[in-house]
Amino acid sequence: MTQPVSPARPVAPKSAPSRTGPKAFRPDIRTLSLVGVLLALVLIGGVTQPDSFLDTDNVQLILTQASVIGVVTVGMTFVIISGGIDLSVGAIVALASVWATTVATQDYGFAGILFTAVVVGVGCGLVNGLLIAYGGMVPFIATLAMLASGRGLALQITDGKTQVVTVQSVLGLGERDSYLLGIPPLVLVFAAVTVIGWLVLNRTTFGRRSVAVGGNAEAARLAGIDVRRQRLYLYLLSGLCCGIAAFLLIVLAGSGQNTNGNLYELDAIAAAIIGGTLLTGGRGTITGSVLGVLIFTTITNIFALNNLQSDVQQIAKGAIIVAAVLVQRRTSTTSS
Amino acid sequence: MAPSPPLLTMSKITKSFPGVRALDGVDLEVQAGEVHCLLGQNGAGKSTLIKVLAGAHQPDDGTITWRGERTALRSPIAAMRLGIATIYQELDLVEGLSVAENVFLGHEPTSAGFVVRGREARTTTAALLKRLGHGEIDPARLVGDLSAAQQQIVSMARALSHDVRLIVMDEPSAALDPDEVDNLFRIVGALTADGVAVVYISHRLEEIRRIGDRVTVLKDGRAVAGGLPAKDTPTRDVVALMTGRNVEYVFPDRPVDPALPDPVLTVKGLSREGEFAPLDLELRPGEIVGLAGLVGSGRSEILETIYGARKPSTGQVTVDGRVLRPGSVRAAVRAGLGLAPEERKAQALLMLESVTRNVSVSSMSRFSYGGWLDRGKEREAALAATRELSLRPDNPSVPVRTLSGGNQQKAVLARWLLRGCRVLLLDEPTRGVDVGARAELYAVIRRLADEGLAVLMVSSEVPEVLGLADRVLVLREGQVVHRARAQDLDEHDVLDLVLAGGH
Repeated sequence: MTQPVSPARPVAPKSAPSRTGPKAFRPDIRTLSLVGVLLALVLIGGVTQPDSFLDTDNVQLILTQASVIGVVTVGMTFVIISGGIDLSVGAIVALASVWATTVATQDYGFAGILFTAVVVGVGCGLVNGLLIAYGGMVPFIATLAMLASGRGLALQITDGKTQVVTVQSVLGLGERDSYLLGIPPLVLVFAAVTVIGWLVLNRTTFGRRSVAVGGNAEAARLAGIDVRRQRLYLYLLSGLCCGIAAFLLIVLAGSGQNTNGNLYELDAIAAAIIGGTLLTGGRGTITGSVLGVLIFTTITNIFALNNLQSDVQQIAKGAIIVAAVLVQRRTSTTSS
Repeated sequence: MAPSPPLLTMSKITKSFPGVRALDGVDLEVQAGEVHCLLGQNGAGKSTLIKVLAGAHQPDDGTITWRGERTALRSPIAAMRLGIATIYQELDLVEGLSVAENVFLGHEPTSAGFVVRGREARTTTAALLKRLGHGEIDPARLVGDLSAAQQQIVSMARALSHDVRLIVMDEPSAALDPDEVDNLFRIVGALTADGVAVVYISHRLEEIRRIGDRVTVLKDGRAVAGGLPAKDTPTRDVVALMTGRNVEYVFPDRPVDPALPDPVLTVKGLSREGEFAPLDLELRPGEIVGLAGLVGSGRSEILETIYGARKPSTGQVTVDGRVLRPGSVRAAVRAGLGLAPEERKAQALLMLESVTRNVSVSSMSRFSYGGWLDRGKEREAALAATRELSLRPDNPSVPVRTLSGGNQQKAVLARWLLRGCRVLLLDEPTRGVDVGARAELYAVIRRLADEGLAVLMVSSEVPEVLGLADRVLVLREGQVVHRARAQDLDEHDVLDLVLAGGH
């Protein structure tokens, strides 16, 4: 050990780097166990409601319902990985959906609605990001304030009324004719957001920096990363996802309402957590979060098919969150 | 003091954390009624040792004997029940509760098992505070409204509310004014007169002279001296024990021909109020400059200010003739500075990540095209950088937390090597590095300098500075008190300079 290093020490040829590194595809135990839970749910659904559960229409319904919250969850996952939290996602979805469905906006047709939803989402994200990254506010507080005022503004715009969408090209996206090979367009958007999110997290400098900021912000700063700018971008990203989700919701519901996106913040956080994202930051996967969303949506569907009330659903959801975190803690302590 | 059996004997206490051995067979013996001082640099193992004594850490090995009986301190409550109380440096009081509630937290006097008898608690607390010379503190006041000194008194009252035989005080004087320190010493005197033993931790040698009976010196997780007489041991000997070598380090040879090019880094009049006085410094490629000084001499602050992690009050830092934007780490990194900070885990490493990602984090733009990472290229570059430093294991895919302290430090160095940095700032480069692995790290640092890096290092270990650096700046209380070539200094000169006025 005490022998000084000499530059002449023989090193293995560079052409043969050790290839024990992470493979491109190596599902870990955590992901596999989530897939297992999902399969078990499918089994339960198939046994309790053999006719209706595995029906194509029902599968399409589950996936469509998962799309809106799924897109929100992808953004939320980035924020949580970076050590933050975004409590305002539900309010941003509501605000974006009503702003994009006012009579004035609908005059501009499909593009006007899509554009407005995205811009409102990104705008709210910008406010969150500036307050947190440059205003030094705690993410919990800043996004809680956005939650409150976003909901208030949405109510002010609608005056509590449902804003029915009359633009046929928007409504058409939700209809059967526009399905591609049996897949609803909303689900395709969800899939695209998932794939892009995965790539950004795992294959880009943006993803790396997000993980570094969440894992150890001080170390990231001293390594030369612009931590504040990264935080700003992360809340912009979450806002963007909310804007996209708002558009999907408009298509799905055929209207905009100030009550849209109610409790999305909790659903998105819960999905990310059972997917293995650390609430303290520094670790998380898009795959896990999306599986978390699918698990929750499937449960909701099974309960609805079996005519069980939503109170039972809520209790089951809570139990699943607790179980998932306990299981993860065990696997993480035994594997390291 | 020897005849009566010791109150506490800790024997061969060993405690390891991932990557570092914090305690390596430490012995400590405390007599009833004595003030036993514990001395050592940051990271010497003092905190770990008192946490073992408080029941907060469980030792991996070793025995604890309390009043003649083998015992295991399985939890803080167990230690408390035996009569061992600890007053931590960061006071563990609840600011939103009253003084009395804090004093009796966890052992409130109750009726029927759960109704707190508040008046009784307040009366007892008032008596305790009076005994501590602070009868003016109202037991009903919120702890958050008290001054730091008063909070410390409350902490002590809490210790005394138990039937205490041993009180551990972790740097109790750090937050106190001189007259408050006098009161503290009076309290310590009164406690020992009652037969209570005090384990007293401080950096201030003159305090130890005033109130200490015996001294145990820790260094690198070992007790390098146990039970020295506190009043008669020469200061220089004590400091030499704290900072001196306990093994013969092998330092690499200096280059014979020091014909150095123009300075790459120039520091002019750099200062931070209350931390260090205006400093001038030039650093040339190929040389290692050492800053020697004790804790609190401003050494780490200087390094972090040059690096832009702290904003200077005055002065500027120039790299290759270009002035750096003050207080900007990014400007410093872009100009070619790299920092290996003192608290490696808290300030440098991403502990959940692989070695590769820790190494590449500062150079990601080199492996990315429009933000898209070429992971193959990243892995190869990280591997090359870690091999260059002989980092083990020779597999940068392993999580960085599984590495030893020395190899974690190499991962930080590899980060800057990969970045192509030209000035390395090293803050306590061998802190938490096993003694055996240090020589290798010294060789690595010297080789980096030989390859053209300029190195500015801070160390509290005088032999390390003298052995590794070409030039040395000696710091005391934020001032450079001496500059010299390392060859022209010896350990005792430096210790005298570091301590001047301290005795």
